[in-house]
Amino acid sequence: MMDLASHDWRGMNLRFMKREIYQTLDQAISPIMAVVKLLGTWLSPYSCKVIWALKLKGIPYEYIEEDLSNKSPMLLQYNPVHKKIPVLVHDGKPICESTVILRYIEETWPQNPLLPIDPYERAVALFWIKYADDKNPLIPKLYRTTGEELEQAAKECSEILGTIEEHGLIEGKKFFGGDEINMVDIAFCIVAHWLGVFEEVAGIKVFEPHKFPKLNSWAQNFKSVPVIKENLPDADKIFAVLKRRRETLLAPKSN
Amino acid sequence: MEGGVVLLDFWPSMFGMRVRIALAEKEIKYEYIEQDLRNKSDLLLQMNPVHKKIPVLVHNGKPICESLVQVQYIDEVWKNQAPLLPADPYKRATARFWADFVDKKMYDSGSRVWKTKGEEQEAAKKEFIGNLKLLEGELGDNLYFGGDGFGYVDVALVPFYCWFYAYEQCGNFSIEAECPKLIAWAKRCMQKESVAKSLADPEKVYGFLLQLKKAYGIE
Repeated sequence: MMDLASHDWRGMNLRFMKREIYQTLDQAISPIMAVVKLLGTWLSPYSCKVIWALKLKGIPYEYIEEDLSNKSPMLLQYNPVHKKIPVLVHDGKPICESTVILRYIEETWPQNPLLPIDPYERAVALFWIKYADDKNPLIPKLYRTTGEELEQAAKECSEILGTIEEHGLIEGKKFFGGDEINMVDIAFCIVAHWLGVFEEVAGIKVFEPHKFPKLNSWAQNFKSVPVIKENLPDADKIFAVLKRRRETLLAPKSN
Repeated sequence: MEGGVVLLDFWPSMFGMRVRIALAEKEIKYEYIEQDLRNKSDLLLQMNPVHKKIPVLVHNGKPICESLVQVQYIDEVWKNQAPLLPADPYKRATARFWADFVDKKMYDSGSRVWKTKGEEQEAAKKEFIGNLKLLEGELGDNLYFGGDGFGYVDVALVPFYCWFYAYEQCGNFSIEAECPKLIAWAKRCMQKESVAKSLADPEKVYGFLLQLKKAYGIE
């Protein structure tokens, strides 16, 4: 993109100057004006992560609810490798995997930064985001299992919470991002909201406030942030869906 | 341990190799400290208390963990030489997507090839080759995943190449027969000094894998 201030305008004719100016402005405006679409599902934490990032940066977008039992041709075209939501489409180009999407949003719209600027602090943030990404798929096992498998899932979940409590959260810091939430807080959203629903569905308690006091404090603070609070799927509605799923999964197989 | 760059690593680790390649690409001098993973050092446990794993990159006394985080850190701090990630945000997103794919799929499907037998192994081989074919498709006619230049996805994937011989021996199959373009890409990468010096010898890797199998009680 040309730097209008330092460009040498001498000797340029007026028509050429106008064209150069319009092209430059167009390049500056186009990330904002180009259409942003999000393919997601209302109860997915991965989908919510993208919504929060877009809203925190004030980016308008078109939301498209996907039916995962009947995936749209658009979803299959935009994410042929994983066939999953969320998919962000910017100016017709798809970006897949929620963390990849969030980093793209961060780099394309730098206002209200969601990652530290210092390379070392950013590396620490990315470490915790990877930790969350690796461990998040284990937490829903709580509502999908029973008996010994459930006990094992609960043990794994407890270890995850313990690690975040001991190593991830710094005493006195309100959020992973300091005074404001950042991409690390967003990455741990399942712990803050969905975990409680999984526990209810399974009839088991893992996230005990007295065992994980810092994490409990953090979760309450996280859910009180206006953008999060106003864009969090209703726990009762998630409960209803997951309870049905659990019943289907654990139903005795007919001979 | 103030100042300088230290790498805690284990010679056959594909993840450690990624960091060795990135450091070599940027011509960074560093101290390499081989770790004994059966008897983890106090240093390792102190530097990576969460996972207790290698590689750990230590810069100015501060640890960075997770190989792709380390590669991105190296790329950011030593940005004036051999850039690994492209400048354009969309191309960066594409590179991160495929590096993430390598992380999610390659290690697990490769491990299943040597850990299983019979029908399970056949399924594992099929999945492993399927993943490689997807990567081949992404490579297309480019010299590297980074386009004309060696880049982030190349760094993420090429270390697995020195494990291919071991997988082939265990699974009794030829990766080159199934994915010739990918092998051509790997050999092209091996022409680079940074890659050739960082990857372990495939025969030694196979020897190490045989020891691992014994330890796991796998025939």
